[in-house]
Amino acid sequence: MTERTMDGRGAALAELVGRPVRSFFGYFGDHARMLGSASLWLFRRPFRLRLFLEQMEFIGVGSLPIILLVGFFSGAVSAQQAIRALEIFRQERFVGATVGLSLALELAPVFTALMITARAGSGMATELGSMRITEQIDALTTFAVNPVQYLITPRIVAAILMMPIMTMVFNVVGLLGAYLFSVHVKQVDVGAFFEYFQFWTDPSDYLQGGIKAAIFGASLALAACFQGFNVRGGAKEVGLATTRAVVAGSVSVLVLDYFLSDMLATLFPYQS
Amino acid sequence: MAAKSTTASAGSGADDHAAEQKASPVQIEIRGLNKTFGVQHVLKGLDLDLARGKINIIIGGSGQGKSVLMKHLMGLLKPDSGRILVDGQDIVGLNDVQWSRLRRKFGMVFQYAALFDSLNVVENIAFPLIERYHLPKDEIMVRVRDLLKRLDLAKVDGIEQKFPAELSGGQRKRVGLARALIDRPEILLYDEPTTGLDPVATKNVDDMILQASRDFGVTSVVISHDMASTFRIGDRVSMLYEGRILVTGTADEVLHSSHRPVQEFVEMAGLLGTAKGASS
Repeated sequence: MTERTMDGRGAALAELVGRPVRSFFGYFGDHARMLGSASLWLFRRPFRLRLFLEQMEFIGVGSLPIILLVGFFSGAVSAQQAIRALEIFRQERFVGATVGLSLALELAPVFTALMITARAGSGMATELGSMRITEQIDALTTFAVNPVQYLITPRIVAAILMMPIMTMVFNVVGLLGAYLFSVHVKQVDVGAFFEYFQFWTDPSDYLQGGIKAAIFGASLALAACFQGFNVRGGAKEVGLATTRAVVAGSVSVLVLDYFLSDMLATLFPYQS
Repeated sequence: MAAKSTTASAGSGADDHAAEQKASPVQIEIRGLNKTFGVQHVLKGLDLDLARGKINIIIGGSGQGKSVLMKHLMGLLKPDSGRILVDGQDIVGLNDVQWSRLRRKFGMVFQYAALFDSLNVVENIAFPLIERYHLPKDEIMVRVRDLLKRLDLAKVDGIEQKFPAELSGGQRKRVGLARALIDRPEILLYDEPTTGLDPVATKNVDDMILQASRDFGVTSVVISHDMASTFRIGDRVSMLYEGRILVTGTADEVLHSSHRPVQEFVEMAGLLGTAKGASS
């Protein structure tokens, strides 16, 4: 009798621990399966270039105003904070290098990814979710069109391609913001600003930022497509899926950022 | 309308078999179809024959498995067991390539049309042709305009460039039907085509189904719980009840069926009097 009770408790404990573990691996497994399927369909006919270009336009050109705005003010505020710290040591001339490096390695890829998650990721989840509940995805299947190839692959590929470009735009306008604040507001010497920027930043810093951006692009687009594509129910569920897409996309970007920074620092060691 | 065969020809034997199947009055045979979702047993060994070139209507209350059955016919769901024979070919267990060939035989009109929001009317109707064939744009336009005319849509101002959001419910259904018809299917599936429509629009959709059946010679399979429409247009009516087909026959035969659930369904729809009147 006691043994049976113990067995029962063991099973209940196993279920208690096992269920979240199963659900955790199931969640990532489903994402991996979608990514694998989207990757395989990339190399199968027909190739619909128009869909890729449309998504690149939506993710890239459509996000340009917000990237310009956020990039400019992020650069300016970074310069402001950097100057506050550097003033203590009377080393304001290093502001170009400080902001340039932080933009290239962290701020530009992460902020761009967060902005694109908020704008394009939410849009993707809503569009796919609406297509699901109005049976448009089933309609694609009835015309012998694979929905993953038609809807998911172009979005993920477009995000991978556009994220590094948008990150570079962020870098340029961010530096412009930093330059205007430092040189015209704080009277930092313009020569020193660019001299130290050029000396301390390296093309490999931008390469690292670009690699991060491409991986963030895949991650945010996958999160958005997964949530939108798997909606069941009605308008309320589409709204919830959009929220989940933005949360999952943003969290994945920030978590990935830590691991990628570590990995890239090993791959591209600092050379003095 | 040219009928297209998806059966691979392997000599005269296969051709004879295909020709024999084409001559058969039954185009779709469903045998022992079972489908379970979790603990819910939706289809319980369902058997059904769907007649070639006729309007076959499947009626039944909500949650009886009508849409699940429809999705099996289109290959959107796979059964747990059972067979679905289309012109003698078992479609259960076909691979992606075989399905993509077979789907050309089918057209589907969805409950709310399922038009692609991002495409205009012409792009929606032409979608199956653009995806399946490399036809010249002019030829596609000729076929699209022909369908717009035949389905009474050509007279709507600027219809070609309109987006689905700019169309009325009835117009959407017609555009959905045009999209389903453009690749000249042999079988047309309608999922609850009159749901959410007012009586006038319902009558228009009924006429549209009759017109498609008459003018294009297709086998129509209509899933519905609209009894008035069923008795107006149905050549053969089957009642789905608790995962099985309870009765199949002409509208009159079903109306006078001795099965209790059928009687209840007809009485609830308040049709007994009107249909009797119509049939006498």
